[in-house]
Amino acid sequence: MKNKHVLPGFGLALGITLVYLSLLVLLPLSGLAFKASSLSAGELWNVATSERALASYRVTFGASLLAAGINAVFGLIVAWVLVRYPFPGKRLVDSLVDLPFALPTAVAGITLATLYAGNGWLGRFLEPLGLKVAFTPLGIVVALTFIGLPFVVRTLQPVIEDIEPEIEEAAASLGASRLQTFLRVLLPGVFPALLTGFTLAFSRAIGEYGSVIFIAGNMPLISEITPLLIISKLEQYDVIGATALALVMLVISFVMLLAVNALQWWSANRHHGREKVSL
Amino acid sequence: MPRWVSRIAIVAAIVLVGAAPAVAQTSLLNVSYDVARDFYKDYNPLFQKYWKAKTGETVELKQSHAGSSKQVRAVADGLEADVVTMNQASDVDFLAEKGLVAKDYAKRFPNNASPYTSTMVFIVRKGNPKALQDWSDLVKPGVQVILPHPKNTGNGRYSYLAAWGYALKQPGGSNKSAQEFVGKLLKNAPLFAAGGRDATTTFMQRGIGDVLVSFESEAELIAKEFGKGSFDVVYPSLSILTEFPVAIVDKVVDKKGTRKLAQEYLDYLWSKDGQENAAQNYLRPRDPEVLKKHAAEFPAIKTFTVDEVFGGWAKAFPAHFKDGGTFDQVYQSK
Repeated sequence: MKNKHVLPGFGLALGITLVYLSLLVLLPLSGLAFKASSLSAGELWNVATSERALASYRVTFGASLLAAGINAVFGLIVAWVLVRYPFPGKRLVDSLVDLPFALPTAVAGITLATLYAGNGWLGRFLEPLGLKVAFTPLGIVVALTFIGLPFVVRTLQPVIEDIEPEIEEAAASLGASRLQTFLRVLLPGVFPALLTGFTLAFSRAIGEYGSVIFIAGNMPLISEITPLLIISKLEQYDVIGATALALVMLVISFVMLLAVNALQWWSANRHHGREKVSL
Repeated sequence: MPRWVSRIAIVAAIVLVGAAPAVAQTSLLNVSYDVARDFYKDYNPLFQKYWKAKTGETVELKQSHAGSSKQVRAVADGLEADVVTMNQASDVDFLAEKGLVAKDYAKRFPNNASPYTSTMVFIVRKGNPKALQDWSDLVKPGVQVILPHPKNTGNGRYSYLAAWGYALKQPGGSNKSAQEFVGKLLKNAPLFAAGGRDATTTFMQRGIGDVLVSFESEAELIAKEFGKGSFDVVYPSLSILTEFPVAIVDKVVDKKGTRKLAQEYLDYLWSKDGQENAAQNYLRPRDPEVLKKHAAEFPAIKTFTVDEVFGGWAKAFPAHFKDGGTFDQVYQSK
């Protein structure tokens, strides 16, 4: 084992990393855990498993998962088109992707609610079909899909740029069908990045508040997200209860992120393994 | 987490306040609720003029507006407000509990320390097609009622208590019948808006619902925004008197030496100019003369206060809006 690194300053950089992460992430989070610890385990359990809380987890995590899934599929297509095909106005379309990043989320929520309401541009066509979007859980999915899009596209773009078009040509010349080329040649290459984008969009969606409350309808047990319950507890000056809910969200998110990371690690390993065999 | 957020907000606020020019000039920070922005935008110049004429000093008045409970939390966490002007006593009560505001703040100024009032009224579609005249019409099947979240927003809570109080005061009314009544009303709500303005947008712009329950003052603002003829205002037979308590933050003014200024700043709200300004902003003045002058804009309506019917916010809040309160009970399946 060499202890020398090519670049100097490893010790300093690592030190900065640790201090920075501690200040920015660990310290607030331990404050959260500390605050929650003033509740007994039983009380914490009661707050965390109340009927309303459980329903809100289902809404929050369900809608986030769905939105991230939608973004994974369509974000992949968008990223692919933006990288591979030249077309007029491409730069403009490309910068449109970042808009959900930049827009204040409340603005996004209000705009989407107006668009999908019964008399909105889209809602007036959807509601006669029996599809109510604004002020239903479906509206939550729409808002979360909106805010999550850039995460998938921006994660995928550099990876797709790295895939040489020759690989596709080689696959085609070796007799692979288009579907086979996509599934067995292209997808394995972008899959880890896709998973990362999915994870980012998902995590972002779980914590989202601003855009969702304007389109959700906020009906108890139906369209209440967990962050709304947290705000509701704060409105009652119940900081501890709010902290308890936040802690539950944090733990669930952490476990899910860990699982996705494990999946990513596994898929990257498998991919590399296969490359070795093919060599 | 929220604690950290508020800490950051405080630091930012302190930096902002500290960065203000260090001229020897008295300044006062008024921490207020969201929609009071317009009121104090008009009121502050009036007071500055008054103060200049009286003392020759130029006073700098700073305003901070956001959701009221967020605001008092910031004050409790250290935001150096000289005065707080809120839309619900429970928010000031919280500061009193924390020892920042005198426990008897409501008695330190006239009229329960509320310089103006408003009440909850119905905004209905033009011509009132569903003939909604009173709270009892709002619980009929097929009527869609729009209101802000009753648990999380000030005007949602006032709407909730208004309906409750109405049901209670009907012949044979009891807490049980009131709870049933409010439950039916909530079942008629297709959604709970995030806040008062969001409820207005939902009703006026998105065309959802048959009736919007809102502050009387909001009705005038809607008229300004959407045109007077685009809706009708219905005054129910009985509604709630909404009070907007003001208080001096003792801890801060004693530290900063601004008690006298703070006292005068709030006192002046009850002056003729201050009362006239309330009326101009569609809030019911306390001064009988000013009220009489604006009688056309403020039709007589029978009202009850939170103190009269619910024994004050300190009792009403936990009974109805805390977790497990009557609002939550409507949504418990078991």
